[in-house]
Amino acid sequence: MPGFERWLSTPGGKVAVIRSELALRDRLGGLLVRLDVGRERYAVPAGLYALGSPDAAAPVVVTANYKLTFDVVRRALAGRSLWLLVLETHGINVWCAAGKGTFGTDELVRRLQITRLDEIVSHRRLLLPIFGATGVCAPEVKRRTGFAPTFAAVRVTDLPHHLDHGGETTALMRAPTFTVLERLTLTPVELVGGFKAALPLFALVAIIGAFTGGSPVGGALYGVGALALAIIAGSFATPILLPWIPGRSFAFKGALLGAVVTAAYLATGDPTRHWHAIAAHLLLLVPVSSFAALGFTGCTPFTSPSGVKKEMRVALPLFLASVVLGAVAFGLGLGGA
Amino acid sequence: MQGFRYLENVTTLKLDVESCSGCGLCVEVCPHQVFAMQDGLAAVVDKDACMECGACAKNCDSGALSVDAGVGCAGGLIAEWWQDVTGRRKKAACCG
Repeated sequence: MPGFERWLSTPGGKVAVIRSELALRDRLGGLLVRLDVGRERYAVPAGLYALGSPDAAAPVVVTANYKLTFDVVRRALAGRSLWLLVLETHGINVWCAAGKGTFGTDELVRRLQITRLDEIVSHRRLLLPIFGATGVCAPEVKRRTGFAPTFAAVRVTDLPHHLDHGGETTALMRAPTFTVLERLTLTPVELVGGFKAALPLFALVAIIGAFTGGSPVGGALYGVGALALAIIAGSFATPILLPWIPGRSFAFKGALLGAVVTAAYLATGDPTRHWHAIAAHLLLLVPVSSFAALGFTGCTPFTSPSGVKKEMRVALPLFLASVVLGAVAFGLGLGGA
Repeated sequence: MQGFRYLENVTTLKLDVESCSGCGLCVEVCPHQVFAMQDGLAAVVDKDACMECGACAKNCDSGALSVDAGVGCAGGLIAEWWQDVTGRRKKAACCG
């Protein structure tokens, strides 16, 4: 068990006391999981944990069993004595698990019963993250268990303020942020996923490049480089520059950045390149950047499914048209060569 | 949420003020300050900020709120469409 310190005897049975400091292992694991390594099985056992020396009046904080979440929570609450009720979300974070319903009313009720929390604490209050409200119906939890959930803050780092100020939640504590740093930490998974998904495309452009470029190796590398940049434009540059790229549509933002990056790449290449090749590159690669950027809607705390559906209805036919035209331009180039 | 706005006139959020009990939970759970209490009842004050997370409807005990909540990313939507078309579950790239 990560961060295990000792056992604590309670009227409801033994509870594991955990440290709030992260070990080197925890930090390394966190780093790897950000790079999409071992993300599928990064979980801690669900159940009740203790931080510090909590008594019957200590607050109860509810969270998910994604190890990265668990680590962020115990670190943010360092120096405090409280109970940590970890729900079985199968190693998924609060936001995504609440959307799927695993961070939900039924699991919370079940976990309260299994851990016999009602015998351990004298009060009936639970502190939940605001992003957990998608899966947890507070009135129903109260009816079924007597415990009353409060959605205290978006970020666990604001929980100390809530605890120290008589349960106050300010407007800022209710509002999600999406800083450059927060966006940056989300991009590696997007990039790795984008490159993995594009492996067949990489093979294709390498083969085409090898047969149509000046030299087989140079041609293949040129094509692979162009595709890699298009993915980076959509999965990395668009998320980082998000608020500064014009427009609200993610597909548009990605297409715009993809066009700029691809054009710049072409400009550094052979200046005598035929217009067919330039058109083919742009028409084939801009949809790649655009689609990669559209994928980032899943990582943001402000895009709506109806909005993404609307984008896809407009963008997918355009992507198809662009790819067909790109193939035609490429064919014309071959014919004219 | 300052500095970030998504598409307008797309949200499926609906509030039936007649059924509102005035409990205020929607104000508490909404991360985008879509609601405010007016004369003891909930009111939608910033509809286009809604990201359709469904937290308000989930916690609305009087059934006054409804929203078509769901997966919000392209990968998830494609996985859903794939499932509708083929009947087979395709693993989404995101959210596990």
